[in-house]
Amino acid sequence: MRNYGYILVMAVTTYLIRVIPMTLLRKEIKNRTFRSFLTYVPYVTLSVMTFPAIIQVTDSLWISWVGFLTAMVLAYHRVSLLVVSLGCCGFVFLLQLL
Amino acid sequence: MVYRTYLKGMKEGIPVGLGYFVVSITIGIAAKQANLTPAQATVMSLTNLTSAGQFASFAVIAAGAPYLEMVISQVVINLRYCLMSCALSQKVDPKLPFYHRLFMSFGITDEIFGLSISQKGRLDPWYSYGAMSVAIPGWTLGTLVGILSTSVLPQKFLSAMNMALYGMFIAIFMPAARENKILLPIIALSMGLSAVFHGLPWFGFISSGMKIIILTLVISMGAAILFPVSEEGSGEQV
Repeated sequence: MRNYGYILVMAVTTYLIRVIPMTLLRKEIKNRTFRSFLTYVPYVTLSVMTFPAIIQVTDSLWISWVGFLTAMVLAYHRVSLLVVSLGCCGFVFLLQLL
Repeated sequence: MVYRTYLKGMKEGIPVGLGYFVVSITIGIAAKQANLTPAQATVMSLTNLTSAGQFASFAVIAAGAPYLEMVISQVVINLRYCLMSCALSQKVDPKLPFYHRLFMSFGITDEIFGLSISQKGRLDPWYSYGAMSVAIPGWTLGTLVGILSTSVLPQKFLSAMNMALYGMFIAIFMPAARENKILLPIIALSMGLSAVFHGLPWFGFISSGMKIIILTLVISMGAAILFPVSEEGSGEQV
């Protein structure tokens, strides 16, 4: 039952983040440092979540590294999200079968 | 007119819905590892609609951490939705009724936001509703399929699917690094500090979710002070 407590807490929190600016904000945020902070947050948090966790995904260190670098290179070249995601996943799956 | 706008949103939302279906299979697999039931995982996806947020929540749930830690981690990880919501609030008609704002807000994700903000002129809420009505079922059903499939799929396939989840994160943050040159060193620094923070034994008392929060706040604040974003190139396209 506690799991539903967690789900409720996170659903309410996430909705509030989405709904507060949309309903209350009619003017643009002017503070440059705050705007910059909001701009950087997604990149930093996704980077931190990805690494080093991605290296521990498979049993083999080098296969994980290959998967990680494949995704980085594909994404840097603006390959679409679905292709990056499935590409590195498929590659890693094949390497594991070797 | 409303109907046509709604259909246009649905049509352009199909690739998003398909992508969500595939990616949320990995969320379902991760949910299983955190000992969630299929019903719990499905309800979570339907009510939250956030890949990184849901993924981070599994660490909090598995650790049995206090609710407050869940609140903080969701605020920090999903802070980008706040930025998108700010941007969308400027994109709709200033006289748009309150209830439309309530419904539209629920569908603020990286992809639906990307579609909505790229519409010409004022954003019609029915466009966003169209995209949401394809994307949300895709996300929810994918999660259910993912968690139900864990018992029949081989371990090697499951770990490869975990890779797909991180691949998706990378596909969100890397393309922007090409346009904004300062992002690449910031991403590298984030990963480096994260590796150090997770590797050093004397930070062992801090939970994994808390580490993500601390690193995000410190690095983003430092970057904002040292490299403020220029006004015209502000990151609304995130």
